[in-house]
Amino acid sequence: MSDQLDLAPATDLLTSQEYFVNMGPQHPSTHGVLRLVLTIDGEIIRKVEPHIGYIHRSIEKMCEKDTYRQIVHLTDRMDYLSCHINNEAVCLAVEQALQIEVPERVKVIRTIIDELTRLASHQLWWGVMGMDLGAITSFLYGFRDREMINDIFEETCGARLTMNYNVPGGLMFDIHPNFQKRTKDFVAHFKTKLPEYDQLLSDNPIFRARTEGIGYMSKEDAVAYGVTGPSGRASGFACDVRKRHPYGMYPQVDFKEVLMTDGDCFARYKARILEMWESLRIIEQLIDNIPEGDFQAPTKQVIKLPKGEFYQRVETARGDFGVYIISDGNKSPYRLKFRSPGFSNLFVLDKVARGSKLADLVAIMSTFDYVMPDIDR
Amino acid sequence: MNNEALLQLLTTWAEGLETEENAQYLNVRVPAAQLHDFAFRLKNDEATSFDYLFCLSGVDWPEYMEVVYHLESTQHGHCLVLKSRTDGREDPRLDTVCDIWPTADAHEREAYDMFGIRFNNHPDLRRLLLTDDWEGYPMRKDYKDEINMIEL
Amino acid sequence: MYDFTTLVQSIGNFLHGQFSPGVATALEWTLVILVYLALYAILGLVLVYVERRVCAFFQLRLGPNRVGWAGTAQTVADALKLLLKEPVTVNKADKLLYNLAPFIITLAALTVISLVPFAKGLQAFDINIGLLFIVAVSSLGVVGILLAGWSSNNKYALIGAMRSGAQIVSYELSVGLSLLTMVLLTGTLQLSTIIETQANGWWIFKGHVPAIIAFFLYLTASIAEINRGPFDLPEAESELTAGFHTEYSGLKFAFFFLAEFVNMFTVAAIATTVFLGGWMPFHLGDWAGFNAVMDFVPPILWFFLKVSAVIFLMMWFKWTFPRLRIDQLLKLEWKYLMPLNLMNLVFTAILVYLGWHG
Repeated sequence: MSDQLDLAPATDLLTSQEYFVNMGPQHPSTHGVLRLVLTIDGEIIRKVEPHIGYIHRSIEKMCEKDTYRQIVHLTDRMDYLSCHINNEAVCLAVEQALQIEVPERVKVIRTIIDELTRLASHQLWWGVMGMDLGAITSFLYGFRDREMINDIFEETCGARLTMNYNVPGGLMFDIHPNFQKRTKDFVAHFKTKLPEYDQLLSDNPIFRARTEGIGYMSKEDAVAYGVTGPSGRASGFACDVRKRHPYGMYPQVDFKEVLMTDGDCFARYKARILEMWESLRIIEQLIDNIPEGDFQAPTKQVIKLPKGEFYQRVETARGDFGVYIISDGNKSPYRLKFRSPGFSNLFVLDKVARGSKLADLVAIMSTFDYVMPDIDR
Repeated sequence: MNNEALLQLLTTWAEGLETEENAQYLNVRVPAAQLHDFAFRLKNDEATSFDYLFCLSGVDWPEYMEVVYHLESTQHGHCLVLKSRTDGREDPRLDTVCDIWPTADAHEREAYDMFGIRFNNHPDLRRLLLTDDWEGYPMRKDYKDEINMIEL
Repeated sequence: MYDFTTLVQSIGNFLHGQFSPGVATALEWTLVILVYLALYAILGLVLVYVERRVCAFFQLRLGPNRVGWAGTAQTVADALKLLLKEPVTVNKADKLLYNLAPFIITLAALTVISLVPFAKGLQAFDINIGLLFIVAVSSLGVVGILLAGWSSNNKYALIGAMRSGAQIVSYELSVGLSLLTMVLLTGTLQLSTIIETQANGWWIFKGHVPAIIAFFLYLTASIAEINRGPFDLPEAESELTAGFHTEYSGLKFAFFFLAEFVNMFTVAAIATTVFLGGWMPFHLGDWAGFNAVMDFVPPILWFFLKVSAVIFLMMWFKWTFPRLRIDQLLKLEWKYLMPLNLMNLVFTAILVYLGWHG
C-alpha cells in the first residue's frame, strides 16, 4: 500500500481514473492471507484478481512421502473448520480401496461428528459475516454457540482446532460417555439460539439492503466455475455430495438439500442458515440411535493400498471436497490430489464482483466463506 | 446413461481411445491432439453434457506427464474420468480446456505451477501458488530442494 | 437551583482584585483552557470505559467487565497501550499535513464543547449565535479527516477520507435543518436562552410532533456526521482496514480516537440542550411533591444523566446495526432525511405562525 499515488493531472475535471488497490494479504476481511488486486474506479470494482499461495504448504507433496495413517492428520490443516469431514474423506478413500466395511456404529458417529463440524463452521461463518458488514456483535454470538461444539469435540478427541478423530477403518477411540447428553443439550440450546440469528441479522433492513441483489451468480456460472457447497446451492446448483454420492449414514437419514434460486448474497446467507436447521435435524435423528458395537474395523498397522486410482468425495461446510489417490501398491501414494471446494469457489469472484462497490466485495467474499488454508493447501 | 452405453458412444467420437478396467469411474484416455475437440463435445453434446469439471490433476509419470479431468453431468448425473498424456517430460504441452470449463483456468495454472505442464491457448498461464521467480516445478518426482525438503 | 454565575463571578472578581485587568483576563482564559483540556481528557477516558462496558454487555464479552474493579483496568490498559505504541511515520507522507490533521480534529472537537452549558452559568462561551457556531465549527473536523486521508499516501485512507467528505457534506444539511426547526420553536440561537425556554417543559414534550421528528432526524444525522456506527464508513474496518487513520499509530491515533468520543459527547450534549431541557429537572405538571424531589437533584447531574442516556442510545445503535454502503448512506440522506426535514420545517413554521407552540 505504500506505493506512490501517481495521479496524472486531470485534463478534464469530470474524467475519472482507474487505480489499483492491493487488498491483502493482511486485511481484516480477507479471512487469512488472500491477496486481491483490485482495479477500482472510485468505489466501483472493475476487476478482481486473486493472488494465492501465501499459506501454501505443499501438503500434496508431503503426502507422497507419508503413510496413509499420517495423511489423515494433514487434511485437517487444510480446511480447519471442516477438519473431521476432511479426515473422513481420506479414511473413506482408504476404506474403499481396501474394501473394508466399517461397523454401523462408526458410520453413525462419523455422521453426527460431520454435522457438528458443519454447524460449528457455519456458526463461525455467520459471526464473521456480520462482522464484515459492520455488525460486530454477531461475531461473539456465533462464537458463544460454537464454544459448546468445541467443548464436545474436546471431550471426544482432545483438541479444539485441528481435530483428528477418524482413522482408516473407524475411529481413534470410542465416544466419551457424556457425548450423547452434551450433544442433545447443544441441540436443544441451539434451537432456541438460531432464531436469534435471524432476529439480529436476517431481518435487519440494513443487512437486507447490503445483501439482497448483491453479487448475483447464475446457475450456469456456478456449474461452469465449479462453485459448490451452500454457495452453489444458493444459485440452484444441486451439488450436495451427501445426496448425489451418499456416504456414511446419509442415505438413511431424512434431510433436505437446501436449494435456492436467487443466487445473490442473501440467498447464500439464507442457504447456510437453513442448512444449520437441516444439520440439527440429522443429529436429532441419529443421536439416540447409536448402535452398539466396535469403534474400529480390524485393519493392518501398515496400510498398503492396491495398485489403482481412488477418488472419494465428501461434502464439507464449503462444498465438494475430493481426495484423488493414485496408488502404485506402496505404503504411500504415488500421487495424491485434494480437490478443495474453496479453490474453485475463489476464482468465480472476478465474475461475480465486477461492477459492484468495494463494500459489496466484502459481503460477496463473506458469503462465499473462504478459508485460505483450504485454498492454498 | 450407464457406463457401458457411455463408453460405446465415446469410442465413436475419437480415435485411439483407451480405457482402464475395474476403475471406480468410467475411465478414458484420449490422445493429446484430440483432447480439446473431445472435451468440447463432452460438454456440449446432449447425450453426455458433462458440464461440471470437479477435479483437474496433473500427474508425473516416469515417461510422460498426464492430466486427469474428473467430469460430472449435472443433468444426467453420470461421471467420467478423462485423461490425456503429454509427449515426454521435457516440454509437456496440452491444449487448454478453460474455454470449455472456466474453472479449469485456475486448475491449469496450478498444474503448470506444480508440474510445468504448459497449456496451449491458456489466456493467463502464470505461477499461481508459488512466487513468480520460483525455479523448477515442485510436484515433479525429480524435483530437488536441499533446504526445504527433508529426505528420510 | 444553584446558579454557577455567582461562583464564576467571584473567581473573576478575585482575580481582578489581585491583578491588573490584562493579567486577570489572561489568567481567566488560562483557567478556562486548563479546565476544558482536563475535561476533554477525562471525557475521553470515561467514555472509552463506558463504551467498553456497554459493548461488553451487548456482546457477551467477558474481559471489559471483569478486569480490575468493574472493568476499570481495561481503560488503564487501553490508555497505556496507546501511549506506549511506536509512532510509525510513513515515508512518503506529506509530513506537515500528516502531523497537522490530528490537531485540527482535536481543535474542532474542543471548540464545540466550549459552548455546551453544563448548568446554569457554567458555560465558557455563551454567544447569541450559539447553535449556528456549533454547526459551523463541528463540520471543521472533516478538514482534519480529509487531510489525514490525503497526506497518509495510502489508498484506503484516501477512500475513507473521500467517503467522509461526501458523508459530512450531506449530513450537515440534516443536522442544520433539524436544529433550525427547533430554532423556530425556541425563537433564539443562544444556548442558555434555549434552556430557559424549557423551564415549563422540555421541547421534546411540548414541541408536538415536529420536535419528536426533529429529535430523531438530528440523532440520525449527527451520528452520521461524527462517523459512528452504523455510519462509520470512513473507517469501515472490514473494507478499508481503518479508513482515514490507517497510517496513524500511538498518540496520533489516540487523538482521532479521543476526538470521536468527545464528538459523541458533544452531539449528545446538544441533543440534551435543545430537545431534553439541558440541565432543567424533569417536572410533571402539577405534582408539586414530585417536582420538589426532582429539583433536589443538582442541575449538573441532570445534564450528565440526560447526556448519558443519549450516548447509551448511540452505543446501542452502533453495536446492533450492520454498516450501510456509501450509496445507500447518501440515498438515505438526500431522498429521505432531507425532504422529511424540509417538510418538518415548513410544518413547524405554520405551527409557530399560528401560535400553537408551547
